[in-house]
Amino acid sequence: MLIINNLKASIGGKSILKGISLEVKPGEIHAIMGPNGSGKSTLAAVLAGREFVEVTEGTVTYFGKNLLEMAAEDRAKEGIFLGFQYPIEIPGVSMVNFMKTAVNEHRKHKGLDPLSASDFLKLMRDKKELVEIDSKLANRSVNEGFSGGEKKKNEIFQMAMLDPKLAILDETDSGLDIDALRIVANGVNKLKHPDNSFIVITHYQRLLDYIIPDVVHVLYDGRIVKTAGKELALELEEKGYDWIKKEIENNVEA
Amino acid sequence: MMEKDNDKILSEVTTGEYKYGFYSNIEMDRIPKGLSEEVVRLISFKKNEPEWLLDFRLKSYRHWLTMKMPTWPNLRIPPINYQDIIFYAAPKERKNLKSVDDIDPELRKTFDKLGIPLEEQKHLAGVAVDAVIDSVSIKTTFKETLAEMGIIFCSFSDAVKEYPDLVKRYMGSVVPYTDNFFATLNSAVFSDGSFCYIPKGVRCPMELSTYFRINSANTGQFERTLLIADEESYVSYLEGCTAPSRDENQLHAAIVEIVAEKNAEVKYSTVQNWYPGDKEGKGGVFNFVTKRGMCKGENSKISWTQIETGSAITWKYPSCILRGDNSTGEFYSVAVTNNHQQADTGTKMTHIGKNTKSTVVSKGISAGYGQNSYRGLVKVLKNATNARNYSQCDSLLLGDKCGAHTFPYLEVDNSTSIVEHEATTSKIGEDQIFYCNQRGISTEDAIGLIVNGYAREVINKLPMEFAVEAQKLLQISLEGSVG
Ligand SMILES: Nc1ncnc2c1ncn2[C@@H]1O[C@H](COP(=O)(O)OP(=O)(O)O)[C@@H](O)[C@H]1O
Ligand SMILES: [Mg+2]
Repeated sequence: MLIINNLKASIGGKSILKGISLEVKPGEIHAIMGPNGSGKSTLAAVLAGREFVEVTEGTVTYFGKNLLEMAAEDRAKEGIFLGFQYPIEIPGVSMVNFMKTAVNEHRKHKGLDPLSASDFLKLMRDKKELVEIDSKLANRSVNEGFSGGEKKKNEIFQMAMLDPKLAILDETDSGLDIDALRIVANGVNKLKHPDNSFIVITHYQRLLDYIIPDVVHVLYDGRIVKTAGKELALELEEKGYDWIKKEIENNVEA
Repeated sequence: MMEKDNDKILSEVTTGEYKYGFYSNIEMDRIPKGLSEEVVRLISFKKNEPEWLLDFRLKSYRHWLTMKMPTWPNLRIPPINYQDIIFYAAPKERKNLKSVDDIDPELRKTFDKLGIPLEEQKHLAGVAVDAVIDSVSIKTTFKETLAEMGIIFCSFSDAVKEYPDLVKRYMGSVVPYTDNFFATLNSAVFSDGSFCYIPKGVRCPMELSTYFRINSANTGQFERTLLIADEESYVSYLEGCTAPSRDENQLHAAIVEIVAEKNAEVKYSTVQNWYPGDKEGKGGVFNFVTKRGMCKGENSKISWTQIETGSAITWKYPSCILRGDNSTGEFYSVAVTNNHQQADTGTKMTHIGKNTKSTVVSKGISAGYGQNSYRGLVKVLKNATNARNYSQCDSLLLGDKCGAHTFPYLEVDNSTSIVEHEATTSKIGEDQIFYCNQRGISTEDAIGLIVNGYAREVINKLPMEFAVEAQKLLQISLEGSVG
């Protein structure tokens, strides 16, 4: 469903992504790991359509379409969901209102009528249960005054509401205690089916104890320097990122 | 956040048009342009007024001649030529209207188009309307129903004829004819407006509202509203206003006076949507209004809520004089300036009685080249022991060519009082817009959501029936030149 080919991108003239190629097939879970600053969030931003990241080379094809030409809200309505590393607060806008607007925009895009108020509230209830989210969160303003963990759970809840084809979760696990981590992981596992895919960006391997990836990539300095099965995550955990760094430096010297 | 992208995103929002800019071809009785003692007498004569009212007008006019337009507001106001304004324009054939059917069909159509049907049965249940076009009141709905409870709700002109004692007693008691340049002008030439009296112990069972429409060209609108809530009574009152789109500016200088007696409560809400001028700043209404409420009795309460989206220039400070002990004043405001609109608005809370309380929540929103100033005075007099004020004053900027300004003034003469002021300025975040985009919400809708979220505290104060309208209006008024 997603084919990234030799993607290069920069922010404010500074080159961040330096040639990324990656293919995600339906039903797959890809993990992207790598040290801070390696460009993981920047890659997510490019896929979601953030304009301040400038694509300088390469292509991204999503279900056969040129993704880079699509507006951010169209990508969303075509099924791309980004779980933000730092979810944004929108004071005064209730989660109910926010989600109702979003869900109905998705429906409109599919040629469906807006949900009635009661159907919508039922959907909210079902999804809240599914992802085990505190009911009260949904009655508050979008992320306003949420703790770090609540914000991350709220991202999973929104993902459940919008039922994306491709979900990109950017460090949804950071800052979570073990219970919250389990809730997030369970949410992903429950929402997973043979037609949708996940790109799970994470700094640590512990999330991958719960979400079993098909493929693990290591992103370092804007490049994917290693791709392997789920065992790569464990190796990274054991040896740390320094191991990757050394390996790369050796390659350069050789 | 990257400035360039922010601007780009904001300017991507599509163009919105002023919905109420149409003109109705109604047969009018207009007096010649210009202002003089003759004109003041002519207005009074046309309205068949008693001597005492003519005297009030003349005394005001003579005083006005000695006054100059104040220059302290943070506004750029082009010179106004008072000899170029028509001070009285009324729809013709207003003989003795027995029913709605006697009203000029063209007039009825106008109000239908504005969403204000004059037929009671078509009306929003629970809202009584006084419809004012240019200088006169056309029709007051539910007058009889209200009269059964002793509530008087009628045009100002009718009140002068039918309840002269009440008018004489209260008119000018809160806003004296010498008050300020535009209030004095209004006192000389005011044409019509609404009058309302809620008797002792009565809770008014429906929303009362006045709908103001400027229709004629070159015509000023000078209405006057007087609202009296007797002891233990309650009323919620709403005014709305629109005008045709015209290239020249039109002057609207109104007065609203409220008196709340002991234990009375008045909620006064405004949804102001006068024509704001075009994208280049051409045309639009000058909205120079004096609104003041007197909490006269103990435990009385006056609450102002305003959603100001229209007018080329807005200059108004709905205020409360807290004379009764334990009385409460509130001011909740959202003021939007887009394109070349300017607003200098806020409130004055004057604490005279003991244990008086006031709350001010002001939300300014600036877009385009709009300039938005909050100006507020909190005054605590010597005997106002334990007075409390809380003011919160927020500004939201959309784009970087607009401006927000805050002018809080404090005069405190009592050491037991507590006065708090908080102010914030924020820019609508590209991050917030992108977050919405990523959930499938367009930038235009995102701005609507974010702005309404920002203004929610104030919108929540509006009567239910109008809150939804106000939300839509906020979104519409920000479409176009945000960026
Ligand atoms: N908005 C931005 N402006 C300038 N530089 C940025 C911005 N966002 C990220 N960067 C830079 O891009 C590089 C990659 O960052 P990021 O994609 O956030 O890494 P990761 O998510 O892997 O920690 C870093 O050097 C970071 O400083
Ligand atoms: Mg990151």
